[in-house]
Amino acid sequence: MDNKLTVEKIKECDKTLLLDIQDALANCMKCGNCMAVCPIFKELGVETGVARGKLSLIEGVLKGVIPLSDNFEKSMGLCLSCKACAANCPCGVPADELIIRGRQAIVKAHGLSPVKKKVFALLKNRPLFDLALRTAGIFGPISMKKLPRPMAVVSRFPMPGMDKKRVLTPFAAVPLRKQYPETIKINNAKFKIAFFTGCTINYAYTDVGKAVINVLKENNIEIVMPKMQHCCGTPVFTSGDIESGKAFARHNIQTFERYNVDYIIAACGSCTEALKYEYPKMFKDDPSMKIRAEKIAEKTYEISEFLVDIVKFRKDNLGTLNATVTMHDPCHMVRGIKVTQQPREIVKSIPGIIFKEMKEPARCCGSGGSFSLAHYDISRKINDRKVADIKSTNADIVVTSCGTCRMHITDGLVQNKIDNVEVMHVIQLLDKAYQAGKSNH
Amino acid sequence: MQNNIIINTLTQIVGPGHILSDLESLYSYSYDASPGHQHLPTAVVFPADTQEISQILSFANIHKIPVYTRGSGTNLSAGTCPVKGGIVLVTTRLNKILEIDEENLVVVVEPGVIVADLNKTVAPLGLIYPPDPGTVATATLGGTVSENAGGLRGLKYGVSKHYVMGMEVVLASGDIMTCGGKNVKDVSGYDMTKLFTGAEGTLGIITKLILKIVPAPEAKKSMMAVFKNLDDAGNTVSDIIANKIIPATLEIMDNATIRTVEDYAKVGLPLEAEAVLLIEVDGNPIVVEQEAKKVFSVLKKNNAFSVEVAKTQADVDKLWAARRAALPALAKLRPTTYCEDATVPRSKVPVFLHAVSDIAKKYNVTIGTFGHAGDGNMHPTLVCDLRDKEEMQRIHKAMDEIFRTALKLGGTLSGEHGIGLGKLQWMHIQHGPVGMKTMKAIKQALDPNLILNPGKLVGEC
Ligand SMILES: Cc1cc2nc3c(=O)[nH]c(=O)nc-3n(C[C@H](O)[C@H](O)[C@H](O)COP(=O)(O)OP(=O)(O)OC[C@H]3O[C@@H](n4cnc5c(N)ncnc54)[C@H](O)[C@@H]3O)c2cc1C
Ligand code: SF4
Ligand code: SF4
Ligand code: SF4
Repeated sequence: MDNKLTVEKIKECDKTLLLDIQDALANCMKCGNCMAVCPIFKELGVETGVARGKLSLIEGVLKGVIPLSDNFEKSMGLCLSCKACAANCPCGVPADELIIRGRQAIVKAHGLSPVKKKVFALLKNRPLFDLALRTAGIFGPISMKKLPRPMAVVSRFPMPGMDKKRVLTPFAAVPLRKQYPETIKINNAKFKIAFFTGCTINYAYTDVGKAVINVLKENNIEIVMPKMQHCCGTPVFTSGDIESGKAFARHNIQTFERYNVDYIIAACGSCTEALKYEYPKMFKDDPSMKIRAEKIAEKTYEISEFLVDIVKFRKDNLGTLNATVTMHDPCHMVRGIKVTQQPREIVKSIPGIIFKEMKEPARCCGSGGSFSLAHYDISRKINDRKVADIKSTNADIVVTSCGTCRMHITDGLVQNKIDNVEVMHVIQLLDKAYQAGKSNH
Repeated sequence: MQNNIIINTLTQIVGPGHILSDLESLYSYSYDASPGHQHLPTAVVFPADTQEISQILSFANIHKIPVYTRGSGTNLSAGTCPVKGGIVLVTTRLNKILEIDEENLVVVVEPGVIVADLNKTVAPLGLIYPPDPGTVATATLGGTVSENAGGLRGLKYGVSKHYVMGMEVVLASGDIMTCGGKNVKDVSGYDMTKLFTGAEGTLGIITKLILKIVPAPEAKKSMMAVFKNLDDAGNTVSDIIANKIIPATLEIMDNATIRTVEDYAKVGLPLEAEAVLLIEVDGNPIVVEQEAKKVFSVLKKNNAFSVEVAKTQADVDKLWAARRAALPALAKLRPTTYCEDATVPRSKVPVFLHAVSDIAKKYNVTIGTFGHAGDGNMHPTLVCDLRDKEEMQRIHKAMDEIFRTALKLGGTLSGEHGIGLGKLQWMHIQHGPVGMKTMKAIKQALDPNLILNPGKLVGEC
C-alpha cells in the first residue's frame, strides 16, 4: 500500500472529499467528553480509539501531516458507529458521521479491502445475493452445528475471517418473502403498509418477520412485502463506500415508490434510520432524488413506534406471559431514530411480564455491524459488559429491536455460559402475548 | 539522543504493549483540550506503577529528555502539550482505588482514577469527594490535583488543594518521595503536599494520592433568579454572604450567555435579563429550609425579576440544565472556544462583568461570561475561528485586556484551570520579579535538568 498518498493526491481526484467537513471538524473543541462514553475507548484506552483522536487524525490528513496510512485506516476502523460520542458531545459534533467520511477517504485512495470488495460485489447484485443467501440456508445445516437454543449455530468448519467458537444465526431454508405472497390481504384493513424486511429478517431471523406479520394482522393492517426490495445499504455505506450505498438507496426508493401504501415499516433500528434519515442525506446534492427520498422517509416508521404512536395497538386480547424481561436499546434505535419509550410501552402492556431495566440499557453491545467481524476480540469484551448487566437483572428474556444485536448478545450469553436467558425481538414477545390470548379462550 | 534508542529503552521499561511511537499515535497525543497548541512527542508511554515511572524519569533525566505527564488531557492551559518533543507519560493504567478509610474519612488512590469513579465508589457510604470540574466524567484525580481543579461547589467546599492530604511523588531524578499523610493536623516541615498540588506536572509526577472525603449533604435546595440589572445580581451575592449563608453553589451568567443558552437549549430565560443567578444551599434539612428562606428574601430585596425554586428533582435538573448548557452553547457558536478563568474578589464581580462586555464591544469579538459568582471565579468565554488570523489578533488583544483588568481588580489569572502555556505571558504582572524568581528557583532546585513539562507554568528557566 502506498503510504505516501496524501490529501493533495486525493484532492486531485475529488476536490470536495473531506474538505467540506473541515468546518465540522473545527467545531470539535477537543474537550474529551467522548472519552466517557466511547465503548472502544473503554477497552483500548488510547486516543486513536476515541472520537477526539479520530477526528484529529482526519484533521491531520487534511493538513497534509498524516498520510492515508494503514494506521489511519485502522483508527477509522475502530468505531462501532454507536453514536454515543455524538449524543454526548457538548459542541454537537457528529463524530460518527465524520469517521465514516474518514473511511470514505480511504476507500477513495486505496479502494476497499479485498474481502469487503467481494462481499459488496455480491451485495450489490440482488439476484445473486438472494441466491447465495438462500443456498446458505439450504446447505447451512451441513456446515453449521445447531446449539440448544433457538436460532443459534456455530460453524462446523473453520471459516475465513470468523472466530470458530462464534455463535451465528442460521440462514433460513426459505427466506421470509418466499414464505408469503407479496400482499397479505386483510378485509376492511385499517391501513395498508409496506414491510421493509431488511436482509437479516428476510434471510436469517424469519421468526421476527413472522411475528411482525402476525402482529400487524392482529391489528387489522394489510401488508405488502415488495419482492424487489434489497438490503438498506448501511453496511456498505458505513464502510466508506458511499457510491454503492447510494445505489442501494436508489434501488429501494424506486421499489417502494411503486406501491401505494400509507406507511413503510421496518423492524430494525438501522434499516429504519437508513430509510428515514440516511437516504435524504445521501442525496443532498441531487434535488430530484432528495424529494423522492424525503417522500419515502416521511412514511417510514419503526415497528414499535408505528404500533404505539399510529396504530394504538390492541391490548384487550393480550394473554398472560409469566416472565421477567429486560431490554437492550440498539444504538440506532436510541441515538439514531430516538425510539425507546414505545418498545417499553409494548413490553409493559403485556399481562404477567415483570419489566426490569438493566444498568445501561443504551450502551452498545459491541456488534457494530461488520465491526465485530474485523475486531471480534474487542467486540467480545464490550459484549461481556452487556451480558453482565443482563445477568444482574435476573431476567428470563432480553428483548431488543435489531437482528445483529440479537445475534451478538446470543453469542455473548453462550460464551459466558448463560443458558437460561432467551434473546428475542420486542415484536416476538408481543406476538407470543397475542397467541397466549387466543389459547386462553 | 536518537529516537530509536529512546523507544528501545522505554520499551524495556514498560513492555512492548505499553508504548506507542507510530506517527498516528504521536499525533493523537500532540494536543489536549486547549486550542492552538499542538506538537508531536517522540513516544507515548503507559507505565504500570511507581517503579516504572521512576525508571523512566531517571533515564530521561540523565539524557535530558522532556517528560509530559498526562491524565486525560482535558486541561485548558496546554498543560500536556509536548511542546519540546520527548516523552508523553500517560497515567491511565494507574487506576486503582487502593483504600477507603471510613474511620479517618480518607481514600488512597492512584493518579489515573477518574474523578466520577471515585465518587461512584464512595457514594453508597454517604460520602463525596467535592471537587467537581465540568469534566468529572473524564478527568483523572492526578490531573485535577495537578491543576488544582475546582468546580461548581468551590464556594462552600473549596478546590482540590483542600482535599489533598498527602501523596507519593516521583521526582525528576527518579527518586520516590512521600509527603503528608492521614493526619488532619500536620505541621511537620515545609508543606510539600501543597507545593506539588497545582504544580501542573512541572515538579514531579504524582503516583499516589491521599485524599479527604466528606459526608454527603443530607438535603439540597436549588433556585434560579433572573435580574434585569447586573448590579442587583452583584449585591445579591454580597448580601447572601453577609447574611452568613455559604451556598454550595452560587453561579452567574451574563446577558450574552443567557441569550446563547436560550437560543440553544430553550430553557425559558428572559432575553433582556442582564444576569441570572443559580443558587443551591445544602446540608441539614432544617438548616437548608431556613437558609433557602433567607436567600429568597435577599433576592426579593435586591429586585430579582423572577425566582424559581425547585420542588422536585426534575425541577432541579431543569434549573441546572441552563448552567450546564452555558459552555456548550457558547462553544457551538464558533469553531474555536477559549474558556478562560480570570478570577476577581467576589465583590468585584459586577465591575468585572461590565468590563468584559465593554472589551467585547471594543474589539468586536464574541464573549459570553458565566462562572462561580460566589468565589469570583469567572469564565469569560471567547469564541472565534483560529483559522481567521485577523480575528485572532483581536481575540488576543481582548484576552490581554481581560487578564489585566482582573489583576487590576485584585484578582488572579486562574481560579481553577491553571497557567500552563496559555497564561504565561501575564504571570510576571501578577507575581512580580521576586515572585517569579522564587518560583523558578524552586523549579530549578527540584528539576535541575528541566525535563518535567519544560517551559510551562513558570516559563523558561
Ligand atoms: C469542557 C471543560 C470543562 C471544564 N471545567 C472545569 C471546571 O469546572 N473546573 C476546573 O477546575 N477545570 C475544568 N476543566 C479543566 C480540566 O478538566 C481540569 O484541569 C482537569 O483537572 C484536568 O484533568 P486531566 O486528567 O484531564 O489532566 P490533564 O489535562 O491530563 O493534565 C493536567 C495537568 O496536570 C499534569 N498532570 C496530570 N497528571 C499528573 C500526575 N499524576 N502528576 C503530576 N502532574 C500531572 C499534566 O502534566 C498537566 O499539566 C474543564 C475542561 C473542559 C474541557
Ligand atoms: S467530539 Fe465532541 S465530545 Fe469529543 S472531543 Fe470533540 S467536542 Fe468534545
Ligand atoms: S460512534 Fe461509538 S465507537 Fe465510534 S467513536 Fe463514537 S462512541 Fe466511539
Ligand atoms: S440494517 Fe442490516 S439487516 Fe437491515 S437491511 Fe440493512 S444490512 Fe440488512
